[in-house]
Amino acid sequence: MIRVQLPYHLRTLAHCEAEVELDVPAPVTALAAIEALERKYPTLRGAVLEHDTRKRRPKIRFFACKEDISHDSMSEPLAEDIVNGSEPLMIVGAISGG
Amino acid sequence: MSKIRILAGTRKGAFILTSDAERRSWQVDGPHFGGWEIYHMAGSPVNPDRLYASQTSDWFGQIIQRSDDGGKTWQQPGTPAGTPDPGPESPPAESNKFAYDVSEETGKPLTTHQWYDGTPHPWEFKRVWHLEPCHSNADVVYAGVEDAALFRSSDGGENWSELAGLRGHSTGMQWQPGAGGMCLHTILLDKNFPERIYVAISAAGAFRSDDGGTTWRTITNGLVSDYIPDPTGEIGHCVHRLGMHPSNPDVLFMQKHWDVMRSDDRGENWHEISGNLPSDFGFPIAVHAHEPNTIYVVPIKSDSEHYPPEGKLRVYRSRGGGDEWEALTEGLPQENCYVNVLRDAMAVDTLPDCGIYFGTTGGQIYCSPDSGDSWLTVAANLPAVLSVEVQTLD
Repeated sequence: MIRVQLPYHLRTLAHCEAEVELDVPAPVTALAAIEALERKYPTLRGAVLEHDTRKRRPKIRFFACKEDISHDSMSEPLAEDIVNGSEPLMIVGAISGG
Repeated sequence: MSKIRILAGTRKGAFILTSDAERRSWQVDGPHFGGWEIYHMAGSPVNPDRLYASQTSDWFGQIIQRSDDGGKTWQQPGTPAGTPDPGPESPPAESNKFAYDVSEETGKPLTTHQWYDGTPHPWEFKRVWHLEPCHSNADVVYAGVEDAALFRSSDGGENWSELAGLRGHSTGMQWQPGAGGMCLHTILLDKNFPERIYVAISAAGAFRSDDGGTTWRTITNGLVSDYIPDPTGEIGHCVHRLGMHPSNPDVLFMQKHWDVMRSDDRGENWHEISGNLPSDFGFPIAVHAHEPNTIYVVPIKSDSEHYPPEGKLRVYRSRGGGDEWEALTEGLPQENCYVNVLRDAMAVDTLPDCGIYFGTTGGQIYCSPDSGDSWLTVAANLPAVLSVEVQTLD
């Protein structure tokens, strides 16, 4: 079971709390985590990863164990502390706009 | 007794405002989808409680919302919140997926349009600007999107497919964006001729299909745009809005970047009707519900100064289909007013004494219950208003 933290607007779309727990099959990667998130909360499809390309949307970033992994391969295994649930995978919206 | 329902899309959410037929006292419900840009909401002519909304975000993309109870509750079509994944045997609805048609049969080689500097630029979906429900089927709805294309759903917004013949027009690769992006912002459906569709694109121009969107032709003859290299060219005109009265569908009205225009032959030819307007720059144009030759515009000072001339917010009305215009000011601010009225932010109701409505970038919504003679403030402090639609409910 991994923990994923969501920004406000994704919470309102999914009607969920700020942090959700997900079962993610091994190997636990960022892509696998987001796909598990989309399975549990189908209203988030396309809101984190683009529909067609499955790329991270440009104004969204991923943090794991306080490190920015936004530009790492989404197929890389996540850190053990994310996999065992002691640290959350954070989905963060860029701080910009009005 | 009839009721009026205003559907207002704003920079920070959707608002639904209701009144009885007097249109003097309004109840404000919202914001729905607080914090999100709501580019447009529209109700089905077949079932007025069926509403569609375009919810967008530069961060989280495009969301289509649907209500079947007049806006009390909403859901993403086919994917209500909390619905579990149906599994591979039953593919999920894809109400937020607007994929350009790139099939060999219809999509190729529609891969690029022109960027601002004239270089080829790939077509990239950004948002839905306008939703236009069908006159005869509540589950059929059209979406005009940026980068410019027309999509259609026949299942209540659960899935969308592109009418790729529009982008496939011979000029498609030469289309360029306007200042607000390359958006398809106007869709007119001719209820008397269901196969006929008009669209307008900034800054490509205006187009008409007579076969349900399969093939398209430009309808720009007579337009003159001095700000482009070929002022009378087939494309490149920054059309801001088209208007049509359902009883007289061969006549079209246009607010262009500059110039207010009229066509009496379904867009084949246009002539200018700006007449005595203080400025013929502006965004919306609306037609009176019962007088096909009575039209409304909101003059804006210029393309560089998006506010009313002299700081006076004035709607102009022509009762003769253009050329001669009268200023309508009673109840509107006549000093120090520097708001804009965007292209989708003006609408009319169909009560016997036709009501005219518009919203501003300053967050005001105004209503005239007497065809424009006088104006009331419906709401004064909303977020910037992007769109206004009005439903007359029996």
